[in-house]
Amino acid sequence: MEDKKQGADSNSKKGISRRSFIRGAGLSTAGSVLLTTNAFAFGSEEKLTAGKEFGPGATTIQMKINGMVESLSVEPRTTLAAALRDHLELTGTKVVCDRGSCSACTVYLDGKPVNSCMMSVFDVGDKEITTIEGIAKNGELHPVQEAFIEHDASQCGYCTPGMVMSCVHLVENNTNPTLDDVKNATRGNLCRCGTHPHVFKATLAAANKTN
Amino acid sequence: MNKFSWYEATSIEDALQQVNKTVSEELYQSTNNAAVFKSGGIDVFDWVKEGLINPQKIINIRNIPGLDVISYDAKDGLRIGSNVTLAEMASNSDIKNHYLALHQAINHAATPQLRNMSTLGGNIAQRNRCWYFRSADHQCFRKSGDRCFARHSETGENENHAIIDNGSCVSLHASSISTALMAFNASVVIVNSKGEKKKVLMDDFFVSAGQDIAMETILQAKEIITEIVLPAPSKNTKSYYIKQVARESYDWSLGDVAVVIETSGDTCKSASIVLGAAAPVPYRSVQAQQAMEKKSINNTNAMAAAEAAMSVARPLSKNGYKVPLFKSIISEAILKIT
Ligand SMILES: Cc1cc2nc3c(=O)[nH]c(=O)nc-3n(C[C@H](O)[C@H](O)[C@H](O)COP(=O)(O)OP(=O)(O)OC[C@H]3O[C@@H](n4cnc5c(N)ncnc54)[C@H](O)[C@@H]3O)c2cc1C
Ligand code: FES
Ligand code: FES
Repeated sequence: MEDKKQGADSNSKKGISRRSFIRGAGLSTAGSVLLTTNAFAFGSEEKLTAGKEFGPGATTIQMKINGMVESLSVEPRTTLAAALRDHLELTGTKVVCDRGSCSACTVYLDGKPVNSCMMSVFDVGDKEITTIEGIAKNGELHPVQEAFIEHDASQCGYCTPGMVMSCVHLVENNTNPTLDDVKNATRGNLCRCGTHPHVFKATLAAANKTN
Repeated sequence: MNKFSWYEATSIEDALQQVNKTVSEELYQSTNNAAVFKSGGIDVFDWVKEGLINPQKIINIRNIPGLDVISYDAKDGLRIGSNVTLAEMASNSDIKNHYLALHQAINHAATPQLRNMSTLGGNIAQRNRCWYFRSADHQCFRKSGDRCFARHSETGENENHAIIDNGSCVSLHASSISTALMAFNASVVIVNSKGEKKKVLMDDFFVSAGQDIAMETILQAKEIITEIVLPAPSKNTKSYYIKQVARESYDWSLGDVAVVIETSGDTCKSASIVLGAAAPVPYRSVQAQQAMEKKSINNTNAMAAAEAAMSVARPLSKNGYKVPLFKSIISEAILKIT
């Protein structure tokens, strides 16, 4: 067994105060200070508005998704990814790592890419969700989807829905993306099959066509 | 995941009335009746999914009004609300123009998706990523166990771990953004349930493993972070940040450094130099700062500062490579200040 108290800090060991080294570098500093003792906006006689509590059992909620409003009965521990796949049968969204580290589960929340595996359905509120099923419009694939097919940008396909979500978001928000922009947009999308070079080509090609 | 209820907090006061534990307290000694804060939720859900905490209630502080504002003033500096996302910080022009190293640190942190979800308050209060600490099969010091699995010279998988202040727990602080915040002498504004508001320098906000093995910050259960504030840099202050990772896609830091220097011509008047992924908390290298003070910013002096920074390094069995790695990024970052 090892002693957990061993090893003092390298800076304090020599008896020098760390604080004296925090001044300067063109930045003013002050130590820890008490700013106020009355930080609350409400006086004690005024009533505090208490928040709402849900669960732990299932509650019926409404969710705006791909232009529709869906009603579903879910617990707070239900992730958005699970709600999509298991409650709404929108299985295009894939769950691979289930920890926010691969981006396979990417959906848009009010137009911004997020990891649906790392949020509760109760995080959605009245925000609008877009999944991979909502990318094609009126039966027509998005130019990025077309380009993925043309450029052979998918192998086993597990990462593909997430890749497409990242690349569509880029193309829709950047009229003239560079290779670096595509790399940055897909920085979080892991592909064990190594499709990245094809994804980059497909996205740049789609960007040229769209604009 | 175990069941929990979801509390949608309406105000800071409301949230503070509901909360009874920090995630860290719960990790150290599980009670199973904890009510904990969740902002972006990335770290909280990670622990809940692993079954390492089983809170009874998750208090969603993400929608509390007023905590999502960034403001800059040339005299008073920068204020960032605790619920501001990393993506919002990345696109803020005041941060880019006046706090370059912070802008760079944000752009190198996590993934675009995670940056849209992660909040600054959650980022600085997240726990370390040591794989033993995150594994339900390893009762390490930080979970009231009796050992550090990583430090074992033969069986310890310690290639990513600390090279400085690694006498007890050898984990690395996970927030690479804090490396830059600390270099800019940032402070954390904290409100407690009595309505007391205090401002704590980031150097005092983080708690070393030797000081308290259960905690990485001074945050108590009945306390909430409301803002992170950074003083205004003087006209001649320049900064740079470098993060070294193992692959081209996103990754956790193997070593990162933020350098903030007030210059006078090509001379360094004073320097603030902080290392990330070097120690269990972000590490201010007083050695490198002293080495640069009143010196001209050139290759010889930058190398000397990097050497001085690493004079306190005590690598573990598998992470000796970090010493030259740090020497290289420290000197490179210093040389970028001209
Ligand atoms: C795959 C992956 C890669 C990542 N890479 C990086 C990286 O390179 N660099 C980096 O810096 N980060 C990185 N992160 C961290 C990530 O970006 C988040 O910042 C972090 O997980 C927590 O932010 P959050 O808002 O989700 O916090 P939460 O999970 O909501 O909260 C984290 C902790 O802070 C507490 N808390 C939250 N808000 C407050 C508050 N206002 N007051 C008091 N306590 C509070 C919670 O109770 C909890 O204990 C990575 C994460 C993942 C999953
Ligand atoms: S499944 Fe969500 S990020 Fe991997
Ligand atoms: S195509 Fe198989 S993981 Fe990307």
